[in-house]
Amino acid sequence: MAIKVKLFANFREGRGKIVEVDYTPGMTGQDVIDSLGITAPEIAALIVDGVDGKVDAMLTVPIKEDGYMAIFPPVAGG
Amino acid sequence: MFGYMGKILRINLTTGEIGTEDLDFELAKKYIGGRGLGTKLYMDEVDPKVDPFAAENKIVFINGPLSGTATPTGGRYMVVTKSPLTGCIASSNSGGEWGAYLKYAGYDAIIVEGKASLPVYISIDEEKVEILPALDLWGKMVSETSDALKEKQPGAKVLTIGPAGEKLSQMAAIMNEKDRAAGRSGVGAVMGSKNLKAITVKGNLKPEIANPDGLKAVTKECRTLIKENGVTGGGLPTYGTAVLVNIINEHGVYPTNNFQGGVDPNAEAVSGETLTEKYLIKRNPCHHCPIGCGRWVKSDKSPDGIGGPEYETLWVFAADLGIDDMEVVIDANYWCNELGIDTISAGATLAAAMELYQRGYITDEMLDDDVILKFGNADSVVHWLKKMGNREGFGDLLARGSYRLADFFGVPEYSMSVKKQDLPAYDPRGIQGMGLQYATSNRGGCHVRGYLISPEILGLPEKLDRFELAGKPTWAKIFQDLTAVIDSTGLCLFTSFALGAQQYADMLNETLGTNWSADDVLLAGERIWNLEKLFNLEAGISPDEDTLPPRLLEEEMPEGPTKGWVHKLDELLPLYYKERGWDEDGIPTEERLEKLGLL
Repeated sequence: MAIKVKLFANFREGRGKIVEVDYTPGMTGQDVIDSLGITAPEIAALIVDGVDGKVDAMLTVPIKEDGYMAIFPPVAGG
Repeated sequence: MFGYMGKILRINLTTGEIGTEDLDFELAKKYIGGRGLGTKLYMDEVDPKVDPFAAENKIVFINGPLSGTATPTGGRYMVVTKSPLTGCIASSNSGGEWGAYLKYAGYDAIIVEGKASLPVYISIDEEKVEILPALDLWGKMVSETSDALKEKQPGAKVLTIGPAGEKLSQMAAIMNEKDRAAGRSGVGAVMGSKNLKAITVKGNLKPEIANPDGLKAVTKECRTLIKENGVTGGGLPTYGTAVLVNIINEHGVYPTNNFQGGVDPNAEAVSGETLTEKYLIKRNPCHHCPIGCGRWVKSDKSPDGIGGPEYETLWVFAADLGIDDMEVVIDANYWCNELGIDTISAGATLAAAMELYQRGYITDEMLDDDVILKFGNADSVVHWLKKMGNREGFGDLLARGSYRLADFFGVPEYSMSVKKQDLPAYDPRGIQGMGLQYATSNRGGCHVRGYLISPEILGLPEKLDRFELAGKPTWAKIFQDLTAVIDSTGLCLFTSFALGAQQYADMLNETLGTNWSADDVLLAGERIWNLEKLFNLEAGISPDEDTLPPRLLEEEMPEGPTKGWVHKLDELLPLYYKERGWDEDGIPTEERLEKLGLL
């Protein structure tokens, strides 16, 4: 099984829009971003299986076997 | 007098009188400038119960003390009048260059009063100010008018209305530099009601700065903060405001089909990433702006490209209409600019019309047109925008905005608006603080009166639980007050992604020779907010209108990460009134007004 990781804005550079990461039991968001070469301070917003929250906390949440993540760098507008 | 030019230009279109008055420096400092001072000047002269289209109504064009200085983004201006859309105070802001050039022409503000008997425009070249005939320009689109006036007055910056303003559409915008808009609240129609087509400004004057070396140092510090910030130095310059499409959609608060849903499965097609990859030619920055979020994009309208759509525009002409076609959005944005219509209200009115069609209130026979207003019908967008701007056929009803349209059919609940002004691109059912901000905004439905999307979605300056209620009234008040300050300085709200109240105080202090703290400027912001509230109350806007459309309070979000939520305004509103020091009915107390110097 693989986790679907949606990437946005400059996180797509060299990685693509959607990346699949092999699932391992107990894996967290931190494991996923480590595999993608993204560090926590680069992330402004993070959604794990449809739930958002503070980035540091969300990176410790175990991901479902068929789950997904959406990762955003600092973006804004209005 | 430092910072300000010290002069207000007063023009009476009924009598043709043109005069200048000295700016009251103490009054100016109390309300800063822009939105704050403009509201004070307006309220001192106009009965809040005035008919917005009456000759007795006035319209104030005003920059801020930082406009035209070297400070980052100091080119903005504010239009203050009574809104024909909402009946509330209207203060509509625009970037580009016109605001700075008003200062270079030697003026802090223009107060226009009366009504011309025939179409005119105002030409300003420092002390040479003329009211000139505009019969040949009446009926012309924005770019044609701008080009004609620039040819007559080379080097001038042009502010103008399009056909929508001439025909008194309640959603008419005022445009400058062709594609910059004081878009919201129908301010363009107030110009139209005065037979005023345009104002040109030109000049080479500069304000005197209290401490030039100090301003230079704090400007450098602020520019560095902006450049090093991930948003203002990265996301916004690279992708523009359109970068919000995906993040708002992924949180399930991206309204679809007139707020009937919150997730667009095809959002990527109109995202900032797609706009950048396939359509972007170059950035299109405003005056002295180191951010440069404005877009210049490919279009069949011009081989050199045209001004591109912002996030709100991308949303309203795509997801809110059940359409996912970037070229339709770019076209719609172009026609809104040409006709001089607010993109948000125009698109939201089409969305309301499409829901009314969906529910059988609008029929094919009523439209008397082959192009049906139906969700997903991409061909209908520009077709009906043109009819709306020119008030042709059913477009005449559309030109009044979504509230009046839905109310015409006896179902105002299908207008997704607050105080008759259409909501922007964030569904408050999943952003509780933002919903409170929408409901309490002094100019009706608006995202730029307190952008709580920053903490609730974007994690700036810190991530808040977007569903949590605790603390949100405090956040709403702080954001609203700080926004009132920024809107009064002449700077762009986007600087606040990198700067805080202290930096704005520092820039003002070095410019004006004041010694304000961050708390002092926030108190000024609170003063401005309360002043606007007082206008609305005197205009007859009841606190009962501090609410949201019934759908957002009663119907659970049907899908996505926000599924099952409604907005809990009834719990938040009393806490907000308490936070503001108002009574339980939402009326400012004498005690609070006295503290703010408003009694």
